[in-house]
Amino acid sequence: MKRALVFAIPLAIFLLLAVFLLRGLGLNPREVPSPLIGKPAPAFQLATLADPAKAFSQKDMAGRVWLLNVWASWCVACRQEHPLLVEVARKNVLPIVGLNYKDDPADAKAWLAQFGDPYLLSVADRDGRVGIDFGVYGVPETFLIDKTGTIRFKHIGPITPEAWEKKILPLVRELEKA
Amino acid sequence: MRRFVAALLLAAGAAAAQPPADPRAPAETAKAALPTPNDPVAAKRAVALGNELRCLVCQNQSIEESNAELAVDLRRQIREQIAQGKSDREIIDYMVARYGDFVLYRPPFKATTALLWIGPFLLLAVGLAAARRVIAARRARADERPLTEAERREAERLLAGARESE
Repeated sequence: MKRALVFAIPLAIFLLLAVFLLRGLGLNPREVPSPLIGKPAPAFQLATLADPAKAFSQKDMAGRVWLLNVWASWCVACRQEHPLLVEVARKNVLPIVGLNYKDDPADAKAWLAQFGDPYLLSVADRDGRVGIDFGVYGVPETFLIDKTGTIRFKHIGPITPEAWEKKILPLVRELEKA
Repeated sequence: MRRFVAALLLAAGAAAAQPPADPRAPAETAKAALPTPNDPVAAKRAVALGNELRCLVCQNQSIEESNAELAVDLRRQIREQIAQGKSDREIIDYMVARYGDFVLYRPPFKATTALLWIGPFLLLAVGLAAARRVIAARRARADERPLTEAERREAERLLAGARESE
């Protein structure tokens, strides 16, 4: 009995640790869960990239399911996800608003001209304050916002086709029914 | 054994007794007059707050230490909010509302962080229990009865024989 315990206890501790470490292997420490999920999207009003005289606010999208995609011309990973966004826009799945984060408007426009513009419109967050309100800590980041203006999902990093098919698109379909 | 436990507890107590000043106990000395950024009290508060907050870009540095652009922006936020007369608590809440508990180097105690806080003490308890068992077992072996006169003579004979045969 005692001998069994001598083996069983360290083995149990080892297995417990192994489970934790194994789980840790699959986690990305760079993906910090956002406290904004399930909360109303932060209010903002910013000039659009195309026409600085025009303002856009998150309220303008009330009643629609939409994506807020944080991008910048200096962001390399944005190029990776961009074809996917262009494709989503081409298929008219849902409107995508670009939050052009800490960018030079001229560079941003040139970037859109070169890679295609999937956005309903982009707004210029030149000093990154709206980004801070959204808890942005890297580019790209993408927020899925429902008809009531509530953030329902946040994707950190470039959207992979897999993340789009398995996570974002099903959620979009579900939210659109609501 | 008991002395060993006492020493451990003392060490743990000493470690717990002197944490750095908690910024959440607000030192709101400068609330009446709005502090300017070059006000030394405000500057000190800004640095203390920046040291309490994790930079999300380079996660092992604080907002105060990091040179990531986001950290620069957040340092600016802290200084602006201090200038607006916000308390330390309000500024911390502002950061947590946007980036979650992850920005805090000292996360609050709740269900999701319970293991983080209690874990080391659990491990210490397990270790102490194990040490106690081992020491008790060793002591039980040492407490065996002394040799009888016959056994002692037998042992001496064996030892002497061993010496002769060398």
